[in-house]
Amino acid sequence: MAIETTPGADRVQPVGGEPGSPAGRRAWWARPAVHTGLLGAVVGYLIGNWLGHLVQSTSANFAQGLSDTRDWPVVLGYLFGTVGWLAGLGVFNDVFRLMAGKPLPDIEHAPAGGLAKYFRYTLDHKVVGIQYLFGMIVYFLTGGLFAMAIRTELLSPTNHIMSASSYLMVVGEHSTMMMMMMSSVVLGPFGQYFAPIMIGSKRMAFPRLEALGFWLTPPAYVVLLSSILWGGFPTGWTGYAPLSIQSSPGMDGYAVAFGLMGISMILAGFNIIVTYINYRAPGMRWSRLPMFVWSMFTVSFLQVLAVPVLIAGFYIMITDRTAQTAFYVNQLGGSSYLYQNLFWFFGHPEVYILALPGFGVVAEILPVFARKPLFAYKVGAAGMFGVALLSFFVWQHHLFDSGINPDMRPLFMLTTELISIPTGFIYLVALGTLWKAKIRFEVPMLFALGLYFNFLIGGITGVFLSDVPADTTEHGSFFVTGHFHYTIMGGLIFAFFGGIYYWVPKMLGVELNKTLGKIHFWMMFIFFNSTFLPFFALGLLGMPRRVFEYALNLEGLNRWASVSAFLLGSSFLVFLWNFIWSTGFARKKAAANPWNARGLEWQISSPPPPENFAHIPVVLSGPYEYGVKDAPPVADLNPPVGVVSAAYASAGLEA
Amino acid sequence: MSHSATAAGSGDSSRHGLRIFLIWLPLAIVADLLIWFAWYPHMAPGRMSDQAQGQQFDIAVMAMLAAPVLLFVWVYFAYALIVWRRRAGDDEDGEPIHGNTRIQATWITATAVIVLGLFVFGTVELIVPAGAGAGEGPAPSWRPNTTDILQVQVIGQQWAFTYRFPQFGGFESTQLELPVGQQVQFNVTSLDVIHSFWPYLLGVKADANPGVNNVAFAKPQELGRFVVRCNELCGIWHGAMFDYGRVVTPAAFQVWARGMQAREARIGLLRDLPPYALTYDPTVIPQLGQDLIKVAGITGANGYYYPSQFQSGDPGDPVSP
Amino acid sequence: MAGPNRVRCARRVEARWWLVSVPVRVVTLLVAFALVVVGAVYVVAHFIVANPPTVDYTHAASGGVVNVVLQEDPQNNSSSRPDWVSYFVMKPGANPNLQSSWVHTTLFSVPANTRVNMTIYGYDGCTPPRNNFWAEVSGTIGNVIAFQQFKDTNKPMGPVHVTPTLNGWSHCAVGHTFAIPSLHLFVPVGSPNASASLCSSSPCVAGPFTLQKFSFMTPPHSGEYRWQCFVPCGGGFVDGNGGPMQTLGYMTGQMTVVGS
Repeated sequence: MAIETTPGADRVQPVGGEPGSPAGRRAWWARPAVHTGLLGAVVGYLIGNWLGHLVQSTSANFAQGLSDTRDWPVVLGYLFGTVGWLAGLGVFNDVFRLMAGKPLPDIEHAPAGGLAKYFRYTLDHKVVGIQYLFGMIVYFLTGGLFAMAIRTELLSPTNHIMSASSYLMVVGEHSTMMMMMMSSVVLGPFGQYFAPIMIGSKRMAFPRLEALGFWLTPPAYVVLLSSILWGGFPTGWTGYAPLSIQSSPGMDGYAVAFGLMGISMILAGFNIIVTYINYRAPGMRWSRLPMFVWSMFTVSFLQVLAVPVLIAGFYIMITDRTAQTAFYVNQLGGSSYLYQNLFWFFGHPEVYILALPGFGVVAEILPVFARKPLFAYKVGAAGMFGVALLSFFVWQHHLFDSGINPDMRPLFMLTTELISIPTGFIYLVALGTLWKAKIRFEVPMLFALGLYFNFLIGGITGVFLSDVPADTTEHGSFFVTGHFHYTIMGGLIFAFFGGIYYWVPKMLGVELNKTLGKIHFWMMFIFFNSTFLPFFALGLLGMPRRVFEYALNLEGLNRWASVSAFLLGSSFLVFLWNFIWSTGFARKKAAANPWNARGLEWQISSPPPPENFAHIPVVLSGPYEYGVKDAPPVADLNPPVGVVSAAYASAGLEA
Repeated sequence: MSHSATAAGSGDSSRHGLRIFLIWLPLAIVADLLIWFAWYPHMAPGRMSDQAQGQQFDIAVMAMLAAPVLLFVWVYFAYALIVWRRRAGDDEDGEPIHGNTRIQATWITATAVIVLGLFVFGTVELIVPAGAGAGEGPAPSWRPNTTDILQVQVIGQQWAFTYRFPQFGGFESTQLELPVGQQVQFNVTSLDVIHSFWPYLLGVKADANPGVNNVAFAKPQELGRFVVRCNELCGIWHGAMFDYGRVVTPAAFQVWARGMQAREARIGLLRDLPPYALTYDPTVIPQLGQDLIKVAGITGANGYYYPSQFQSGDPGDPVSP
Repeated sequence: MAGPNRVRCARRVEARWWLVSVPVRVVTLLVAFALVVVGAVYVVAHFIVANPPTVDYTHAASGGVVNVVLQEDPQNNSSSRPDWVSYFVMKPGANPNLQSSWVHTTLFSVPANTRVNMTIYGYDGCTPPRNNFWAEVSGTIGNVIAFQQFKDTNKPMGPVHVTPTLNGWSHCAVGHTFAIPSLHLFVPVGSPNASASLCSSSPCVAGPFTLQKFSFMTPPHSGEYRWQCFVPCGGGFVDGNGGPMQTLGYMTGQMTVVGS
């Protein structure tokens, strides 16, 4: 049930939050949007920079002795610049209005506003979802370009096209862009977009926090890329101290960007948890929730609980670098192990933040194209909870060889092995759903099947890594690189694209070309496997990660992987062409329910109306009742007058 | 709402199940035989040391367990995608099977058994041979059963490894030579950032942390050359931080070690090295005069990162550039 | 939401939605694509593949011998980080007493299978090496260096010492090192007398310095061999190994071997 405290407040808030007037009264350039945000960012950066120089001049401690280290101005510049960006976007406007006692604008009907609303701070979760979609595609392709540079360098072990420090810069940019941004790659575009719709709500619990979560991602992107100006950072995405304390100001970009993204993740997770608990429509019992909702729910707990540890770890890294604290420096009483533990306490839940949404998406797609109910629904949901819970207890498996207390290793080997039990439930659900199905090979289904194939290899190789003796050879080698590319890219990214082909007709109201989609899938699937399968061999044959020189006898395998990687990259060009052409030019109108699915999101128009539902629906059955004779429809979208208010009354609330 | 498979289809179900099983079984057997007889003898990381051989066995056993699991899922998927694909013109839904308690319970039990079995196996393999070549920290739990141990200190620094042999006067060298058949204890430490000592064919990997002693054991059992790579990103030349070591006969090792010790004693280097210790504090150089240590703070950075505690009133760094 | 309100809104919106026309969409996309391509090319050219210049000694070899000259200075006047210690490479056959003979780089190329007679001028003062092992000479022909201290140009402070080691922890003897680890070449570079006032204008041609000379053979195959200093002198960085120690063109570089 939705919580409305004043009548009519269940109508969605306006897009834009323009001060006290219907949209359209002010010129487009006078209303807060990306351009005012940029202005605010520049002003903020200059203020922060000036402040940083001021602080540095106050104390010999902070001055770091020599003129070329510039960490204070850089860090403060980034932070103030981000605040300026948000202020320029109008994020704080409503806060100031409330503090000044002014009423918040309450515009009855939401103007369409064309494309301009996508460049604004809006309160419509659907607009935020589409902003996330485009943002994530840009971030993914940027990270992918860096990957192409890595594979170009690794074509030869002796012929180097970039210097060793440039190579580390490129590796760091690729890995951090992916690990930091892709944690919201499904939760942002699809989670935020469909969270309320799938539970029958007209809105998210905290629309302002949701939009803020998105608008933190462009500064994170820009700050991360800006570290190239300082020569990048040499630590890879893990940022191990004391190397990170030793590095040039490029390291600050890493810490600030990841921190900003972390805040975005916490806000998004928090919002989703509250929305799912409080905004479910009448009849939407926990046992009727789509599996995608379960995955978003469990991921949100991980984000809210694990990301604060990351932010703490990076805050300490920044103080070590700027204020000369010594938390991570052994010879002055700190410990390099402290950073590793703080980082991986976040880092392991992070990889499940990346994996679980993928499971949710394919669990959503599978029943629709198998035309069967989802097999063992409760086991599947329990599996997601099991993975989320256990993910907090396994982090030391990244540290098996680091010199931690040796008695810890069997304990963490046990917990890491145990986590493969709930992970396996996803396969139980898939195998059961495909049993005696009527499988249709539409593009989203192809991607879902691709995930199951890839994640199987990724998951099994994870078991190899969890075994401490085998891990002695495999740790820190290309075996690990193969493992996580199979689980994260082969899992999450395949699910992301599957979700795009599945849900973009609903979100944007246009069909994506099916032939191009199939070409994209087959190219991506074949070349993905061709690129990353050799990595396991490379790792077992002794090639460490993040190296620009390797044993001469491994050149053949590396060449093969590089060429496959270039072809894999070109498959994304196919996707890009399809996406741009279909959404920008061909614009073939999509039906409301092109896949004949039972989910609640398919019962409304494509794209959905501004308030999602004309009336709060009453949910009558689960979304996976395919093949069930005389199954009731999933929901009654036009409940008789009095049904909803009766539901409220029975719960003791005013309608 | 969990229905069992409908009665009408149960005979059908066991037919499909049997077929999948009969396709899977020979494939799994062939795969396991290939792994054991064709792949295992050549599997990484080889047999140059007892640790490497143990890990080789480990990986082979896990591969033999993994292959049937992989094949089962692949066979099932392939069967399903072929047999249960939608035929043209058929717009019906599939059978409304919500779950099957027996199948679910079997699956959960089977996966739990496999996983717990792997845990027991892994723990046993961790203890025998001592520590499985992984760095055990300063107080190793699993030691070899002998007191005849060659001590080798591995010092990681940006960007090369050096080795000290305390039983030979504490001489230091960039070359690593080991006698075959001799139990070796590696004491791995660092002088600056985190490195990781990875002599690939010896099956040893131990992180080098500043101020920490990380102990790993191995017993070379074959002659030959092995590569030593740094396995933890340590800055610009991490990828170039590799070298070679050799396993030689005990006699050749004695000749080499005593020769190095004699040479370094003769040219005065042995006297100029710090006394052998399990860890080294970069701020402490005993040979230097007190003044230098007091004023310079962290030596090498000329005290600028962390100003020394005696800054006020000091005459200034007499050795600053 | 039916009714006249909605229609009126929609029409006003349509009139403002000027991006709807196809040619504008095409142009926007092409411009955006061009910007991305230009941006990526710029980043690659300026930040990823850009390197300091390589001084070419391959044509200065004769009779299987080539003379390579380097110097290290307490500062450098030719970059945005003037207080970073830095190596310089001399142009082949030039006069070491002219500032114009020196290039601010650490990259040089030599022919394969050649004897390199290397001379290093040490203008920077001493810093105790973290590991005094690097004060030992190894990998040179004879495992020795010829070492001499100078008060100023042409003003030696003593005879040439042919020595297998310089003790970095006594008498303020070592300033930096020159090492090519994959060739097992490690050479300490001495520092001028501690009480002297050091050269303050780089590349240095006046002021106290040390001279070390040694020789080694380049390998028979072409390749890139990184070289570095093992004395942590990066002021302001933890362990002294940041900054110039990790930046090409300062205290670390590459020797490219060219040829068979």
